[in-house]
Parts: sequence; C-alpha cells; structure tokens
Amino acid sequence: MRVDVNALLGAYPWRRVPGTSPEALHAAMDRAGIDEAWVSHLPSFFWRSPGEGNAWLYEATGRDQRLKPIPAVHPGRKGWEEAIGEAADHGAPAVRCDPTYYGLDPAGAEMRVLAAACGAARLPLVLAVRLEDGRQRHPNDTASELPAAAVRALIRSDDDVRILVTHADRALIEEVHFGSTPEEAVRLWWDISWIWGPPEDHLETLLATVGVDRFVFGTGQPLRIPEISLAKLDLLDLTPEQRAAIEAGNARAALAF
Amino acid sequence: MLIDVHAHFYHDRTPRADWRERNASRLRAGERIGVTIHVASVLGTWGRTSPVYFPSPPDLQYGNDALLALQRAHPDRMRGYVTVNPNYIAHALGEIDRCRAAGMIGIKLAASRRAHDPLLDPICELARERGLPVLHHVWQHRRRDWPGQEASDALELCALAERHPNVHFILAHIGGGGDWQHSLAALRVGGGTRNVLLDLSGSGADGGMLEGCVEAVGVERLLWGSDLTMDTAWAKLRYLTHLLRGPEVEQVRWKNAARIFPRGAFPSD
Repeated sequence: MRVDVNALLGAYPWRRVPGTSPEALHAAMDRAGIDEAWVSHLPSFFWRSPGEGNAWLYEATGRDQRLKPIPAVHPGRKGWEEAIGEAADHGAPAVRCDPTYYGLDPAGAEMRVLAAACGAARLPLVLAVRLEDGRQRHPNDTASELPAAAVRALIRSDDDVRILVTHADRALIEEVHFGSTPEEAVRLWWDISWIWGPPEDHLETLLATVGVDRFVFGTGQPLRIPEISLAKLDLLDLTPEQRAAIEAGNARAALAF
Repeated sequence: MLIDVHAHFYHDRTPRADWRERNASRLRAGERIGVTIHVASVLGTWGRTSPVYFPSPPDLQYGNDALLALQRAHPDRMRGYVTVNPNYIAHALGEIDRCRAAGMIGIKLAASRRAHDPLLDPICELARERGLPVLHHVWQHRRRDWPGQEASDALELCALAERHPNVHFILAHIGGGGDWQHSLAALRVGGGTRNVLLDLSGSGADGGMLEGCVEAVGVERLLWGSDLTMDTAWAKLRYLTHLLRGPEVEQVRWKNAARIFPRGAFPSD
C-alpha cells in the first residue's frame, strides 16, 4: 500500500503543467504504483476565497475510491468554521491552509484559531512550505515560503492540533523538530517530497535523527514527477516495516492519533 | 551502460568534514542506480580558500589533482573534467593539457566569467584541437547577477557555441534552478547551436520538463546526469523509460555521451 499525501489537481497559474486532471493523476499513480492520493485543488491556492475550490474537489473525488480530498480553509473568511465540518462530512483525511499564499500571517491569530479548530475537530492541518524551487518561480509569484518559526508557533498553540508539512527540506525539518518538545514533535509529520537523497543523504540522516515515524510519502505531483519520491526510498536500506510505515502506516497513524 | 555526465567529488581541502562519506555515498548510490561511469569535476577547494565559482589557480590544481587521484583509484567507474578559470587563461590552457595527458576527458567551466566573453575563446579553441567537450554551468534564465558567481544562461552559452561550431558544449543541469523553459526556448530556435547538448541533472524534476527537453532539442542531444541529487536523476531516468522508446533511452543513458567524449573514454568505445 502506497499513499501519496501530497498530490494536486487543477491548473497552475505560473506555467503549463501536463497531467492536472483526475484521469491523468490516475495514470501517473498507476505508473508509479501509488494506490491512494490525498489531493488538493491547486488553482485555489491563489484565490481570494480558496474554499470556493472545495466543491469541485469533493465532486472530483466523491466517487473515486483512490482520491481523498484535502479541502482548503481560509481562517480570515467568514464561515470558515463550516468548511471544517464539511470536510469531516466528506471523509477528508485533513484540511489545508497555505497562509503565505493567502496573504495571512503564518503564525498570526487567525492561523492559531484555525489550528485550535483542527485540533478540536481531530482533523490534521496540512501546510505547504513551497510549491516550486525558489530559483525558478515566476517573477510575479512572490508569496514567501512558510517559515519554520510559524510551524513551531502553530504546533505550540494547541495541544491537540496535528500538522502535516509538505515540501519541507532538511534544514526546516530539523529546525522545527529540535525546536519542539517531544510532545509537540509527535504531532508533526513531514512528507519526503523535498528532502534530498544521495550523495547528500538528507533523508537518510533525518530518518536516523528525527525518526522514521515522522515521515510520510508525498510527491507534489503533477508539479513534480512522482518518481522522485520513489527513487529516494529505493536508494535507502529500509526494512520492509520502515518502508511500509513511510508509504502508508504513518499517514494512517496521523489520522488515528 | 549508464553514464553520469555531471558528477562531483570532494577532497580533504574542502570545508566539508564529511567529504569521504559524500564521495562514498555517490559511488554507493551509483551502484544501485546502475551508473557505469561517473564523469566528475571538482571546483577547486569548494570555497575553502577561494570561492566555489571563482577558484584560484592553486585551488584548481589541487582539486584537479584530487580528481585524478580518485580516477586512478576507481579506473573502472570514474572519469574527469578538468576545471579551469578563464580569468587565468595561461594557467587554464596549461591545466587542460596537463590533465588531459593524465586521462581527463572534458573541460568544466563553472561561473568565473560570462560564457560569451572572448576570454573563453582560447579555451574552446583548445577544446576543439583536443576533441574535448565543455560542460558549462548554466543558470536557467539569469535575470540578475547572483552572489558568488558570474553565471551564464542558455543565450550566452549559445553565443559561445555559435563561435565554436566544432566543439560540443553541455548545457549544465536543466533542473538546477531557474526558468528551464527559457533555456529550452533558446535551444529550440538556435539552428546554429546544434553543438549544444542538454544535461538533465539538477534537483528540479518538474512535470512537463522532460517532455519539453525532448521537444526542444530531440533525443540525440540529451545527456543523463545527476549533479547534487541522484534521487531526482534516477527518477528522471525512470520517467524517460515511459516517455521514450528503448533505443531512444539508450541514447540518453550513454550513446550520446559516447559520441561527444573522446574515443576510448568509456568501456564501450
């Protein structure tokens, strides 16, 4: 069983990206041996009201056993609390908020209230550090990357919130993990999509220092090809149990926490 | 057969205490991926006693010697580019001949001088005479100067390539940062830049990137490489097996490299 917790559907505003439809995602999943994908609606990252993309997302995933919706919640928009209840009703494994894309203070009062609401609803909160390499972004794509300090602040802001961070690199993960108490760190999960393999061996190092239990399989497809995350794992000497934990077990654990 | 045309190794005079582990990790990962030959360069002392992209002559010499030592230690799986700084042209020309005589098979130009600068012409002329390809560091669309390097982009490399039509140039790491579509556009329109090949290395492996590379330059001008991330390199290779036919994949894996490097550089020759 392999679960991709970091997949996207819909057009990207800054360049033409092939394979953004549910059908194309299915084909990529088949190619990469991915059984299930947690999908977000890519266009609404850039909308004033990102929640307006959720209806399409629910429609696209509603009759699909392999795709699970990660709806967007903007805590600065009236009615956002209802979106959390709606997510639970649709069986969403988590909700997402991308404050730097929405123009919110990533550690501000609105985000802390959202973190508390997610904790109360027992829904993990998904945060993306970035979508693209900072060196290649479109000149008008100026949203800042999610800072480590914001992740630390949010995990400390509520004792029940669970956070899944995607597109994080080694430096950010270490800064947050070792800047958190063990009780806080156990409520954080990291997808492997942006962590370098050999010869730098960042992923191997993190698995040894932070722990296998904290990492989940994610790809960032279709902005990036999903084969990257598979190659990272294939280049490691993991036990079958460790590999299964990263590919599916830890994501399940995050939901059942 | 699989040739990595963009590899790096480290040595004892770099700032990295873990240089042995990184070298060993590259070779270990190469075994798992199936790399037959790593064609590598060393950029001086990697910043310890002169900047990475502006290496001093003594640092260049030390780094090239370190690579030659590695090549001697691993003759069955390692080849070298001689790295030079065009600002020290006499040293560069001497270093190319010294290292070629010792077994190196290409020239590495990083970012010490803009690619279209006339200072590079004597180096390219020597490359032509010796039959050596030139791997040139490229920032995919340089819209400003970045600290620490005098980077070039594809347009500037193509200008150099047009002046030297009988030299093979390798445009480095299409996935190495910047706007790769800018580079592909530069290569697509350049009828006079058939001598520029694309190296697929770099941490970037965007959806659509490989299709764009194939469309822009054709399979016969693609070279497989890793640079600093072997996981993304392996991922691109796997993706290409779905995108291309078997004989085309072989071209990218090694046949295109075997065509542009000196005869006898690789076991198949």
